[in-house]
Amino acid sequence: MKDDISREERVDNLKGMGCSRKRVEDARFTQGKGNYVDDIKLDGMLFGDFVRSPYAHARIKNIDTAAALEVPGVLAVLTAADLEPLGLHWMPTLAGDKQMVLADGKVLFQGQEVAYVVAEDRYATADGIEAVEVEYEELPVIVNPFEALKSDVVLREDLVGEDGSIPDGAHGPRKHPNHIFTWDAGDKGTTEEVIANAEVVASESMYYHRTHPCPLETCGCVASMDKVNGKLTLWGTFQAPHAIRTVVSLISGIEEHNIRVISPDIGGGFGNKVGAYPGYVCSVVASIVTGKPVKWIEDRMDNLMTTAFARDYHMTGKISATKDGKITGLHCHVTADHGGFDACADPTKFPAGFMNICTGSYDIPTAYLEVDGVYTNKAPGGVSYRCSFRVTEAVYFIERMIEVLAIELNMDAAELRRINFIKKEQFPYTAALGWEYDSGDYHTAWDKALKTVDYDGLRAEQAQRVEDFKAGKTRKLMGIGLSFFTEIVGAGPVKNCDILGLGMFDSCEIRIHPTGSAIARLGTISQGQGHATTFAQILASEIGLPADSITIEEGDTDTAPYGLGTYGSRSTPVAGAATAMAGRKIRAKAQMIAAYLLEVHDNDVEFDVDRFVVKGAPEKFKTMKEIAFAAYNQAIPGIEPGLEAVSYYDPPNMTYPFGAYVCVMDIDVDTGVPEIRRFYALDDCGTRINPMIIEGQVHGGLTEALAVALGQEIAYDDMGNVKTGTLMDFFLPTAWEVPNYETDYTVTPSPHHPIGAKGVGESPHVGGVPCFSNAVQDAFRPFGNRHTNMPHDHWRIWRTANELGLHD
Amino acid sequence: MIPAAFEYHRPQDMAGVLAVLEEHGDDARVMAGGHSLIPMMKLRMAEVPHLIDLQDVGGMSDIDVRADSIVIGAMVTQAEIIDHAELADAAPILREAALQIADPQVRYMGTVGGNVANGDPGNDMPGLMQCLNAVFTVVGPDGERDIPAREFYEAAYMTAREDEEVLTAVTIPAPKGGYAYEKQKRKIGDYATAAAAVQIVRDGSNCVSASIAMTNLSDTPVYSENAGAALVGTSVDAAALGAAVAAMLDDIDPTEDNRGPVAFKNHVAGVILRRAIERAWSRA
Ligand SMILES: Cc1cc2nc3c(=O)[nH]c(=O)nc-3n(C[C@H](O)[C@H](O)[C@H](O)COP(=O)(O)OP(=O)(O)OC[C@H]3O[C@@H](n4cnc5c(N)ncnc54)[C@H](O)[C@@H]3O)c2cc1C
Repeated sequence: MKDDISREERVDNLKGMGCSRKRVEDARFTQGKGNYVDDIKLDGMLFGDFVRSPYAHARIKNIDTAAALEVPGVLAVLTAADLEPLGLHWMPTLAGDKQMVLADGKVLFQGQEVAYVVAEDRYATADGIEAVEVEYEELPVIVNPFEALKSDVVLREDLVGEDGSIPDGAHGPRKHPNHIFTWDAGDKGTTEEVIANAEVVASESMYYHRTHPCPLETCGCVASMDKVNGKLTLWGTFQAPHAIRTVVSLISGIEEHNIRVISPDIGGGFGNKVGAYPGYVCSVVASIVTGKPVKWIEDRMDNLMTTAFARDYHMTGKISATKDGKITGLHCHVTADHGGFDACADPTKFPAGFMNICTGSYDIPTAYLEVDGVYTNKAPGGVSYRCSFRVTEAVYFIERMIEVLAIELNMDAAELRRINFIKKEQFPYTAALGWEYDSGDYHTAWDKALKTVDYDGLRAEQAQRVEDFKAGKTRKLMGIGLSFFTEIVGAGPVKNCDILGLGMFDSCEIRIHPTGSAIARLGTISQGQGHATTFAQILASEIGLPADSITIEEGDTDTAPYGLGTYGSRSTPVAGAATAMAGRKIRAKAQMIAAYLLEVHDNDVEFDVDRFVVKGAPEKFKTMKEIAFAAYNQAIPGIEPGLEAVSYYDPPNMTYPFGAYVCVMDIDVDTGVPEIRRFYALDDCGTRINPMIIEGQVHGGLTEALAVALGQEIAYDDMGNVKTGTLMDFFLPTAWEVPNYETDYTVTPSPHHPIGAKGVGESPHVGGVPCFSNAVQDAFRPFGNRHTNMPHDHWRIWRTANELGLHD
Repeated sequence: MIPAAFEYHRPQDMAGVLAVLEEHGDDARVMAGGHSLIPMMKLRMAEVPHLIDLQDVGGMSDIDVRADSIVIGAMVTQAEIIDHAELADAAPILREAALQIADPQVRYMGTVGGNVANGDPGNDMPGLMQCLNAVFTVVGPDGERDIPAREFYEAAYMTAREDEEVLTAVTIPAPKGGYAYEKQKRKIGDYATAAAAVQIVRDGSNCVSASIAMTNLSDTPVYSENAGAALVGTSVDAAALGAAVAAMLDDIDPTEDNRGPVAFKNHVAGVILRRAIERAWSRA
């Protein structure tokens, strides 16, 4: 047979890896044809919503639901007393703690769920909520974790023995009734000794403020219990639908095969939709009680105030070095504010996530990390907002410590980084805190970044600006923000990563149809990342069928293979690997079929783009399309009919994407207004599957980084009231606030990943936050600034200028 | 974010509006663009058992630029202010200010009447109207009356308008000289951290008149007569600027909120006013 198109054209037709294929999802999203949870409408569907506590800490004396039940349309009001006989008034958290589903005698944070009102429509539900009368007795409020560790006020009476003893928690001994755990890594003794004897030591304390992932779509679900067949269907904004199914089964006692969890289109997650929330439990119970489907959808304030915050880490560091800047040791202590319940979403063995990646991209011989988790009267959560578990905190910490050390050494911060980078030839590199970095080439990336932005020129311009400022010629300072980050993503190897005992593998199942198109289902779920586009591209390259002929489906636990979901940039590293491996199984069978059809030995054919060819005789071939058909219509000796494969992938290691970012900023010292003049982002995420999607992810992650660095926070007053519960005060940048981003890349494939890909969705956030922050801080460095805490909103920047005497 | 139940009225003329207002007293409220009122209702911070939509009333949507005054109907939207070429010529400060209010979506709905009647210290138009010495025309059961903008605001959400009166028009003496509306905000769609409206008339190198009002720095807009007076008769030099800022600082009374503490707001108010005066002076 002869081909009328070239090999290049055949490659192009696949739209496989490396192609900036347009997102197949966008047609429906841009036309308002997405199908989100709130779009689901079922016959007789009811609405549930919460009575929430106005107090941050209070005892509940009484709940009177009588008036609410009189409101037209209201069918039921659930309280903890109703859930208790079912054992559902508390639920397990992902962090080994338990959390009240509905307030059981007391509330621990403002906005806590107190009662659940079920009515015929949303409006009746809202009126019913108004009519529930709750009698509270206010208790002393603690919003500061350091105070919590000294206070006599016990927040979690359920975790203290009757004799006042403090039983161990899920992560070992607790020091105080409000203490959750101490977790450490590294060599304490050696690190302390190295630092004590070092030539130079820089110390700094920093607070990484509490913020929130704030996806555009808030959390919600629809629960529908079919009493006839005993099956529960639960649609929801779940970043991990399979894990939710298992959790629902474990806590409700409904057998897992009778539960179907469906994540429809999800309007952003960023970690907010990983956890299990009282809304899910109450909706399920309400559906069982009423026999009707029940919908629960958070409003914006509920979302910001109650579901899954991020960060809230008080970090103290010491970094030691030789006089010429070679880092010798790093010490980090974290006081972690977890709020009223420990509901952090981390792998079980890592109560502080991967905070122990805090040695960053540097060859630091000894290090020690210690984290204390603490209860306060704030909302529970502690999710990884657009980052792998606590990596944002870790990278912020080290990238600030480097800057502070540079000040201590009176050295250029770019040079300090360069002389301490792990060298290319040191990979795989085992860091002092235990992780084995799979690959990297930091010097190449750094040099490329600095050259592109003309780093030396920028520094010269900045020096001139300082002179002009001192001479009274300008009131604007210039800051150059640097950051070099290493992410740790793709959790993870089952040997050390699990959530609630579920190993963090992921999966892909492929069915090739007779006519040469396919469907692949994965254990992950896209929330905007474009899985339907990129996973089809991986498969296209692996199995030689066009990406346009491959449907990707996720999110329905009745059809998709089991997986741990999408967060922590794990989809490509884990499910992407499973996809490639499943594709290779398809290819292996296809090879046998091809050999049979071509009447040669299996080993005499080889794969070429979209076909198997006879070695040395490229004119003899069978296309994958032909092979697919043969799989269904020929009786081939020794080969089962059909062409399907499943792969469960347990990654041998994490992947370690990295990047080099530079931000140039002008700061008006009189108003505190920063203006971003330039932002350059070089990302190395290994093999690049779809460059356009990578660019989109980088833009999005940087924008969320800008938000966090420059103003986005969940702030509490002393009474535990949330001060930033609406988008008027919670900063969500628009196109107006966002600069033009310049993106760039290097490619250092992961050596252990089947296609060398590392994940990119979160890198820009992880690297972006310190970069924006460093730019602000760098502007003030010539005037004596060492460190100021984020968020760098106008008044805090102004305060820095004021404290440095720049308004005098 | 679901409002309490309410009755929706959509009268076709002003008589109908006044009738509903009279019948229900302070249980009734008019709605113009709804972009201040509806959020308050959804947060259940405002309960309005009888909501009267003004959209069908008519006669309040014109912009009339006359020789020595400008009349703006209460239902003119902020977007219409921005798009009106004749108005932009006659009173460019209105356009400059309107462009700094909220975002385009809000400006398509939000009206001049709603903005000035609302009484929220964060609204930009009240200070602007005080700077321009506007007069608000209201109509009630006893007919029409005029209230100067500079006497309209009593406290947050408290104005000289009676509950059963409707604001129908804003009349501005044709502004003269240079102008500036300077606003610092945290992001698009935000109310001012501090904002200043300045209108200056210049004769040679001398300032002959100056009008200054500040926004979101007290529980009402602040018309600072003394700040304006500090500029008159000067060449708007550094000393005059300093005196104007000092006078303004005496008149404002900011409170701490998420935008920052009082010291910061005072400082920024001074910076913003200085910039506004300089820009207005350069255009005078
Ligand atoms: C996201 C967002 C950002 C915003 N940012 C700004 C900003 O930066 N600056 C700013 O100035 N505004 C801002 N606003 C408010 C916006 O400009 C409003 O539209 C405006 O304040 C009110 O106009 P309205 O026509 O929407 O009035 P409505 O919301 O309909 O009414 C507001 C109040 O005025 C009363 N009222 C309305 N019309 C009349 C009348 N003719 N007679 C008597 N009483 C009347 C109503 O009863 C109500 O009490 C913002 C709004 C939003 C939603």
